[in-house]
Parts: sequence; structure tokens; C-alpha cells
Amino acid sequence: MSANTWTIAAARDALRKGEISATDLTMACLTAMDAGDALGAFVHKTPEIALDQARAADARIKAGDAPSMCGIPLGIKDLFCTKGVPSQAASNILAGFRPEYESTVTAKLFEAGAVMLGKLNMDEFAMGSSNETSCYGHAVNPWKVDGRKLTPGGSSGGSAAAVAGDLCLAATGTDTGGSIRQPAAFTGIVGIKPTYGRVSRWGIVAFASSLDQAGPMTKSVRDAAIFLQAMAGHDPKDSTSADLAVPDFEAALTGDIRGKKIGLPREYRMEGMPSEIEKLWADGAAMLKDAGAEIVDISLPHTKYALPAYYVIAPAEASSNLARYDGVRYGHRAKLAAGDGITEMYEKTRAEGFGKEVQRRVMIGTYVLSAGFYDAYYNRARKVRALIKRDFDEAFANGVDAILTPATPSAAFGLGEMSSADPIEMYLNDVFTVTVNLAGLPGISVPVGLDKQGLPLGLQLIGRPWDEGGLLNHAYVLERAAGFVAKPAKWW
Amino acid sequence: MSIDIDTARRVAKLARIRVEEADLPALAGELSGILTFMEQLNEVDVTGVEPMTSVTPMRLKRRKDEVTDGNIQAQVLKNAPDAREGFFAVPKVVE
Repeated sequence: MSANTWTIAAARDALRKGEISATDLTMACLTAMDAGDALGAFVHKTPEIALDQARAADARIKAGDAPSMCGIPLGIKDLFCTKGVPSQAASNILAGFRPEYESTVTAKLFEAGAVMLGKLNMDEFAMGSSNETSCYGHAVNPWKVDGRKLTPGGSSGGSAAAVAGDLCLAATGTDTGGSIRQPAAFTGIVGIKPTYGRVSRWGIVAFASSLDQAGPMTKSVRDAAIFLQAMAGHDPKDSTSADLAVPDFEAALTGDIRGKKIGLPREYRMEGMPSEIEKLWADGAAMLKDAGAEIVDISLPHTKYALPAYYVIAPAEASSNLARYDGVRYGHRAKLAAGDGITEMYEKTRAEGFGKEVQRRVMIGTYVLSAGFYDAYYNRARKVRALIKRDFDEAFANGVDAILTPATPSAAFGLGEMSSADPIEMYLNDVFTVTVNLAGLPGISVPVGLDKQGLPLGLQLIGRPWDEGGLLNHAYVLERAAGFVAKPAKWW
Repeated sequence: MSIDIDTARRVAKLARIRVEEADLPALAGELSGILTFMEQLNEVDVTGVEPMTSVTPMRLKRRKDEVTDGNIQAQVLKNAPDAREGFFAVPKVVE
């Protein structure tokens, strides 16, 4: 098998044994990346940087100084600021922006010896669930069932397509309402959103600061553990990053979950849920039970209010965060007509630079924060958010170790199929994932089976705050029991 | 709560996003649809509930208030659409 199809764990071991060089591994991925343009995953390629980093990694490996991520070729979501490399958040308003600084996450990865192949497609400002709001055009799911092109999900759609299509070994993603876990489920890979505060947000283009969290998208649970280890940790530059020691996540993968209590929240049994999703969920519970866990029914009574609360809070925060795109300091500025003043400059710049969905969310956010509506919408949503979090706190206080739910309400849908739909229809994609962001908890999506058309389906596990280790171990057991090894047939 | 055309115009103005008059009715309709979806929140009894402000009960870190960088004017201006003589340039603001 060509080296671009390897897991991080396999590549790490082969690099250390000298069975392959980081340069050859990187070359294999660069070749796959160039052959994968039809997937629309990579939007800015950085082969020179990749080969420089690979040569440096080879020198470190030779010197016996090789952390796990040393020499591992990755794709980086366009939301991460990378020094001297276009970082546009898939928006025209950041056209031409090349940061003078490096995000904390990418800086940590590069210190650990990782290799950047390029920047990955996404929904504009991470607002979307299908990668169709991108200024670069959509990314495409490597999985296909008939002639149709399917969405890889979103917002981290380029990351999901690149990992599932073996254009790289793994990729960074970010998750504000499900943007790591939903695309991971749609493409048959693993994606973990860590506890809020586990990974520094510094240098990641902000969408909704109280919800945003970066995490890895990988081909296996072990890879997620290795990759997360290199991303996580306290950062003085992010005041919300937690000053807590980062445990050894890979060592937590014991495969032993005997006596653990797994909760199945009854409110996630949505009306009209496809029977295949229901069956997948029951199968997953049976797998964990076979491994010695105790399955209990739990109640998270405020679940149905999570989406409306999210669609108040996230646009509110976005409208503040995106106020900085004014055509003054970076990115696009509209051409002005004679006599245009600074207000016209702002208004024309933002109308030209922001896509439709971003404009919609900025305006919703502006409205819910405006005088007279702040209490009715924003404050009420924050109170409901407190209740959603309390539901989880009570479940964990009753001894539940992890919660099992479906990751998405369906398998991947066709590109363009939702374009005429009400925006709310698209928002419903996040119904199982958004509660986790509101409560700040860690959540992971694991591929568990195929639907009757042959498309991947995932389950989500939700863990206690700061217990990514335990969560990864539950996911590891589920992954092994499910034995998901299917790969998309190569058509690109 | 439904948003009329005047409100849509005002929201666009507050958000500093130019919306053509002809597009305001469609915008008002979309925003109304989303706000109707949010109305569900009114079903929840939130008496006595404090609005959530942070995910984990953590005291924000404090740091010394001191200068940690500087003399990077060129870097700061590097991405500006219009920079002149060491400043960001914008259309005339004061007559």
C-alpha cells in the first residue's frame, strides 16, 4: 500500500525503524494531493514548505530525537493562520491575507516535526454543514454511490475529504457546532472535538469564541490520540486555554471498559429518525455492552432547545468577531465611488467580501444583540445553555462515564441538494453535535457501519470534561468492535 | 416575531453590510424564519437561572501589564489594502 494511505501510528513506527524516510512519505502524499484535485480538498498547496519540513524531520529522526508527529504529513484547515501562507477562512474578505504569525496549534505541530502539505477547504468562516459556502467552491466526498457528487460535510469538509481520500495522513479541523464530527461521520473517519479550553484558539480565525475548539481528524482512534497530544496544552496567549496537565492519550487506549457506564439519552431518539441510524445506535450500544460496559437510559431534557440556543449564541458571537473585517487592516477593500466615505467603504467591502450565509448570520447576531432584544434572545439563550450543561452535569454526577448517540441524522447528502432548502434544514445537521459545544464537553465521532447505499455512518461518544483519555478509550473499543475498514473506491 | 423591511434595513445598517433595496424583502423573510425557529426558547422556564458565561468554572488568568513586543510596524501594515507613510489609509473621515 502506498504510504499516503498509512495511519500516523504506522508511519511513526516505520519512520523510527528507518523503513521509510519522511521525505519519501511526504512525496507520496504530495503525489496523492496533486492527483486529488477533483476532491477540492486542498486550496493552497505548500510543497516547498512540506519538503523542507520533511528533510528537517529526517535529520531529527536520524539523530534519535523524534516525537510521534515528526515527519507526519498533514493538511491544515484554512481557518488556521500559517505564517506567510494564505489563510483565508474560505472567505473572499480575506483574499490575499498572509499572516505574519503562526497559530499556536500549527506552531506546536511544527515544533513536533509535523509536515504541512497545504491548506484545506472549509465552509466560509466555518459557517456551514456541507462545505458549500466556501469561496473556493465545494469540496467533494470521496465516497460515491451513483453518479452524484456528495458533500463531505462541513465546516471541516476539505479536512474530511483529504483524510478519507488518503491525500494526507491526517488533518486539523475545528468544531463550533459539529464541524469536526459531522464531516468525519460523512466520510468514514475519526474526528474528536476536545473539551473547550484543551486546545489553544490563538491564531485560529474566530467564529464563536465560547464554542470554537480545534481537534484532529484521522484514520483511527489511535491516531486521534497521538495527534491531539501534540495539539493540546496551556497557552498563555489564549486566556480561555486551561492550565491543566495533558495526560498521555495514547496510553489511555487500554481497550478495557469493563464496569463503565454508558448513557443513551432518550431525547436523541428523534421523530422520523431513519431506521438505519436507529439500528446503528443499538448495534453500537451492544458492542460496548459486549465489552463489559453497562448501558443505561438517561435523560437530557433540554436537548430540543440546543439548536435554537446555538443559533442565537453563535451568530451573536460571530457578529462581534467578524466586525474586524472592515477593509482597513487586511484582506479585501471594495472599490469606492467618488464621494464615498468610510461608512460606504465598510458597507461595500463587507457586502462584497462576505458570502450569503455569513451575511445572514452576522445580521441575525446583530439583531439579537441590538438594544431591546438582548434580553429576549441573547440572555435567554445563555440561560437555556446553562440548563443544557446542567443536564449533562447531572448525568455525569449519576455515574455515567460516557454518552453514546448517533453522530448525524443521515448519511452524506448530495452537493446542491440542500441549496434551495430553508437555512433551518441545513442547521438540523448539527442536532446531535451542537449540545456538546454548548456544554463545552469532549465528543468524538467514530465510523461504525455503512448504510444500505454503502455510505459510511458514525456514532458519537460524549465524555466528561477533561476526560479525553477515557473518551478515546471508549471510542477505541467501539472502533475495534465495529471493525470498520471500508474505503471509498477511487474515482478521482 | 416577524421582521419587516424597515427592521431588515436597520439591521443591515448596524451590521455595516450593504443590502440593495430590492433585496430587503427576501432578507426580511429569511431573518423572520430564523427568529421564528428561535421562539421555541420561550417555552423554557428559565426563572432563577444565571446566564452561562463560561464553560468551566475557571478564573481568568491575569498577566503583568507590560510591553512584550513592538517595532513591527512593517509587519502590522503588511496586509493592509492601503498603507501610506506608516499608517493605514482610509477615506476622509473628518471634513
